[in-house]
Amino acid sequence: MFYREAGEFKTSYRADQQTFPIRLDKIGFILSLFAAFFIIPITMSEYWAQAVFLPFLIFGIAAIGLNILTGYCGQVSLGSGGFMAVGAYSCYKFMTSFPDMNMLVCILLSGGVTALVGLIFGLPSLRIKGFYLAVATLAAQFFLVWMFNKVGWFYNYSASGQITAPERTLFGYVVTGAKAETVPVYFVCLGLLIFLALIARNLTRGAMGRKWMAIRDMDIAAEIIGVNPLRAKLTAFAISSFYVGVSGALLFALYLGAVEVGEAFSIQKSFIILFMIIIGGLGSIFGSLVGAAFMIGMPVILKNLLVSNLGWPGDIAAHLEFMIVGLMIIIFLILEPHGLAMLWSIIKEKLRIWPFAH
Amino acid sequence: MPAEFYFGVEVFLNGLMTGVMYSLVALGFVLIFKASGIFNYAQGIMALFAALTLVGFQDGQIPFSHLINAIFGTEMHHFGWHLHTFFAILAALVVMIVFAWLVEKLILQHLVNQEPIILFMATIGLAYFMEGFGDLMWGSNVKKLDVGIPQGGNFWIEENTAFLGGEDFYGFYLDNLDIYATVIAAVLVIVLVIFSQYTKTGRALRAVADDHQAALSVGISLRTIWVIVWAIAGFVALVAGIMWGAKSGVQFSLSLIALKALPVLMLGGFTSIPGAIIGGLIIGVGEKMFEFLIGAPLLGGATENWFAYMVALVFLVFRPQGLFGEKIIERV
Repeated sequence: MFYREAGEFKTSYRADQQTFPIRLDKIGFILSLFAAFFIIPITMSEYWAQAVFLPFLIFGIAAIGLNILTGYCGQVSLGSGGFMAVGAYSCYKFMTSFPDMNMLVCILLSGGVTALVGLIFGLPSLRIKGFYLAVATLAAQFFLVWMFNKVGWFYNYSASGQITAPERTLFGYVVTGAKAETVPVYFVCLGLLIFLALIARNLTRGAMGRKWMAIRDMDIAAEIIGVNPLRAKLTAFAISSFYVGVSGALLFALYLGAVEVGEAFSIQKSFIILFMIIIGGLGSIFGSLVGAAFMIGMPVILKNLLVSNLGWPGDIAAHLEFMIVGLMIIIFLILEPHGLAMLWSIIKEKLRIWPFAH
Repeated sequence: MPAEFYFGVEVFLNGLMTGVMYSLVALGFVLIFKASGIFNYAQGIMALFAALTLVGFQDGQIPFSHLINAIFGTEMHHFGWHLHTFFAILAALVVMIVFAWLVEKLILQHLVNQEPIILFMATIGLAYFMEGFGDLMWGSNVKKLDVGIPQGGNFWIEENTAFLGGEDFYGFYLDNLDIYATVIAAVLVIVLVIFSQYTKTGRALRAVADDHQAALSVGISLRTIWVIVWAIAGFVALVAGIMWGAKSGVQFSLSLIALKALPVLMLGGFTSIPGAIIGGLIIGVGEKMFEFLIGAPLLGGATENWFAYMVALVFLVFRPQGLFGEKIIERV
């Protein structure tokens, strides 16, 4: 009753194939965009921006990237942390080697570098499948982190082994370095997230996305009906790595400012991104964002509740967080293997026929 | 003979010993994978949890004392008694069996017939849960585990190999603990092989591994078998936990050996017990020798972190089912 397509007539193919064909969806999308662009930047406090909104936007991009690879193309990757490190370090090298380069170009180029690295580590996926591939991607994770730790060229031989973002401006605002202002950073991350999410959405419902899904559902059968597995898998790896790399560059340059590779891009990061897409929904762009919001927001809420309100020690809250994340994953896999996104579409379906049962 | 050569031999021997330790963890993986097709990522955390429980029982720690203290404002930590190691091991074993039963009851039962990758992710969730649960139950500080295995270099080997080298060679240094671990691992493998070849349960286990549905149709209870397998894996985890815990203390990093066991498995094949052993030895020796010969002098060291994965990755490209794994046949 509330959410239905009745009465909406499409008179052109263009209208029929738009991203949000149902009017309520479109209104909801525009409203959330409005909130993201006008209401949140005005009302958010520094704490909420740093603890929730910025990490959400940045990890949202990474989650979309991993979802393209794992959710759409079916190749499980545990190397996202390593690919984020590639994005961060190439961003650092671009920033320090070409000081006049536009920051946005810098970030997108680092995504490009990560895509190349992703291509290389994606090559074995043609022979290795399933778990074997998941474990093989760990090679990327550990090797890349080790390399950034050991090879001085990547961190410009700095004494601490860390990389620190120099100050750069975008449209007259300082977005990196110590003097970065939160609101411009927020807008850069938000803009990139929306831009990349729309591209991902259109990629996945186009010819390329269909090829990926065919490979995911059964690669041999897909090959027989004419999908080139080499191209499908490698494009998935490259595009996914591009997203993850952009996210890593943002995390380093705009959010953290200074990075120690073993800590910021550890295997834990890979798992957290994987959990985002499991909880949010495999094979759903919207789900990636919901999952990212959940995984970023839940620890903050838990910490506020337990540590600030009840006065429990922080380590107990941290342990409980682990337990809750684990439980949520198990519960989701048992009750709703398609994650929060599926839950959302079930609710929509229910709303459509409400108050009738069928 | 130059001293370098003897040092190399020592590195080789120590690599073998480390390999045995990897194999111990990998064994647990293979057992569960064979019987239920589940790739149990939580194996490492099971080892950590078993070791934590063992130490907790030994020292008479009160479970969840931190949580209870935080809620009720009390100050309790220990019961005040110490349990004999033997009984503590038995008690920890009971806990692992209960754990196996709970896993089957609460998780696996609901995930029958799901895709393997879903089950794999469920075990990652389980690993996260156990990580928080174990720390909450026993506290997250580093604990010392002492089960009476002597530690330190073995003098007998050192003295009896000293004659091989020149004057500045004092014999090979081998840790007693590693020697014990090797013996225990060998016994464990023999017992497991005997169990699976000559007992009724073992036969049922192999039947399930071969074909779930056929096993069901001849009256084998899948659920009982799964509980048994997880309990055995829990036992193996306990042994691995004791060994690793005695070696480097019971702490979170213990669970990371599971990550090291993964390339071992890939190399040996997921379904082969001898594969797990040989894979472990190859990885153990390989990473130590690579670090000694190439990593430390040429690449800046710490290559042990990734060497195993790279070997497994390159190897799999040429032989996707591992050394001893069953050939992967796919049908449309």
